[in-house]
Amino acid sequence: MSVAPVTPGEATSLPAPGFGHRFSVWGMILRTSLGERLVYRGDFALGTLMRFLPIITQIFLWYAVFDSIGAAEGNDATTIGGFRFRDMVAYYLLTMIARAFSSMPGLASGIAQQIRDGEIKRYLIQPIDFIAFLLLTRVAHKLAYYAIAVAPFALVFYLARDYFVDGFPGAQVFVAFCASLIMGFLIGFFLEAAIGMIGFWFLEVTSLLFVVMLFSFFLSGHMFPLTMLPDGIEAVVQFLPFKYLAYFPAAVFLGKIPEDQLWIEIGIEALWLVFFIVLCRVAYARGVRRYSGFGG
Amino acid sequence: MSDLGRYARVFMTFARNSLVRDMTFRTNFLLQCVSSLGWTAMNIGFYLIIFEHTGSIGEGTGWDRDRFFLFIATTWFINSLVQTFFMPNAQEFSEMIRTGGLDFALLKPIDTQFLISFRRIDWSQLSNFFAGGLIAVVSLWNLGTREVDPMIPSVLSVFLYVIFVACGVMMMYSLMVALSATSVWLGRNQSLYNFWFYITNFSRYPMEIYDRSWGRPLYGFFTFVIPILLVVNVPARIIAQPVSEQHGGHWFVVWAAVATVLSVVASRWMFRRSLLSYRSASS
Repeated sequence: MSVAPVTPGEATSLPAPGFGHRFSVWGMILRTSLGERLVYRGDFALGTLMRFLPIITQIFLWYAVFDSIGAAEGNDATTIGGFRFRDMVAYYLLTMIARAFSSMPGLASGIAQQIRDGEIKRYLIQPIDFIAFLLLTRVAHKLAYYAIAVAPFALVFYLARDYFVDGFPGAQVFVAFCASLIMGFLIGFFLEAAIGMIGFWFLEVTSLLFVVMLFSFFLSGHMFPLTMLPDGIEAVVQFLPFKYLAYFPAAVFLGKIPEDQLWIEIGIEALWLVFFIVLCRVAYARGVRRYSGFGG
Repeated sequence: MSDLGRYARVFMTFARNSLVRDMTFRTNFLLQCVSSLGWTAMNIGFYLIIFEHTGSIGEGTGWDRDRFFLFIATTWFINSLVQTFFMPNAQEFSEMIRTGGLDFALLKPIDTQFLISFRRIDWSQLSNFFAGGLIAVVSLWNLGTREVDPMIPSVLSVFLYVIFVACGVMMMYSLMVALSATSVWLGRNQSLYNFWFYITNFSRYPMEIYDRSWGRPLYGFFTFVIPILLVVNVPARIIAQPVSEQHGGHWFVVWAAVATVLSVVASRWMFRRSLLSYRSASS
């Protein structure tokens, strides 16, 4: 990771940076990361479009499944876990958006590596907060990603518009959807950052990371709507925070969360977010106390 | 004949070297096995959940739970073999073109495609082959002992199954060689694995499901132009469905055999063409 924007001289001359200065530092970090990301835009757009290819398989698979139970289409269409065939396709498309917000490739492993090879020392001496810095670079990366990915996403959603049977949701649901996406991003960030902090205690976290990723992939609803799970298991999974990474935003958009529970659910999500922020901060503070850096 | 013996000896050396390399970092090897098995377990979970809600994939296609799990086992056999023997090499090939390391491969007194294809073997991926074996045994047992419509495959089916699994591996190999040959022209091909994943994703389900409305062009394209739909479907249908019930399925078996030969020849031609366009990197 490049940390070019903050030169040591500039930082040390201002031991207690004011808000104006702090914002200009943040702005600089954002701009640099954006520039970094926009270098390979063509490759990027094509790659994003290709990501939708597996959805084609899903469309045919689910049509076959619904078709063998009853009617896949029409007014009395069969439902599985509260989803009709067309909802199911819409669901997969929406989880792509949710994942575009909540997935944090390389965050936890990056933190663990910085701890292992001692690069984290830099943040201990410079007047810049490690977690805030990571969050800002991540925001910049995501913004750059959306700037390019919006075209392929718009194309695919336009082509697939018929799968959204109930059309565009009302204002209230849409606001809740946006809120769930933004909180999904933050939960994804602080969850992964907290896992990365385990690097202060164990040198090798790759295997642990993999297990968490596996669980998160399955339990976030990326593979199928969580309502399809058998009742006993579903109750447990609905309680876990993984659902905010994919299932929840999609379910909100499709109106699968009853209106009277919508804002309660959003509130619970906010509580989970607070929990992960605190967890991440505490892990960092304790980790730094344990950490010892040697050499240059 | 001595030529064949020589190639076999070289291959054994590659296999041994890779095994030594894998065994040097044993914990890492174990972790890789566990991670691929974890991925398998997740997929099994997904399909089990689907069959909680439905009796079969598609109306009247005959792919009920036990038969579909035989299909999955077949997918797992073929994919694990490809990932063990060919995937690491294809990735290395793109890298060799970028760095100019291909020069050294071209200089060696052995067929370049052979050298490129078999140099590295990823033994940890074989764990999925055993996972596939376990799935196959369980679903064959369920299929043979169930009350309704039990079925035990004949000796002939098993024999043909093994042959067509091998054909499937060869088709996948050809596709991979063709894909990695394109990296000679494109300079670099880092998304090879992604592209591979997206293409082969189509082969993971019974081909009947694509045979409707706008799936038909896909069905035709992936059966007759790039025959990836045949890779798993043909052997899986041989083992999982009685010969008498294969409506026109025989023609797919014949075509799969022809397609295997054609794709191996075509990919070999493409590979050699790509070598002609190779201009060494650096210096």
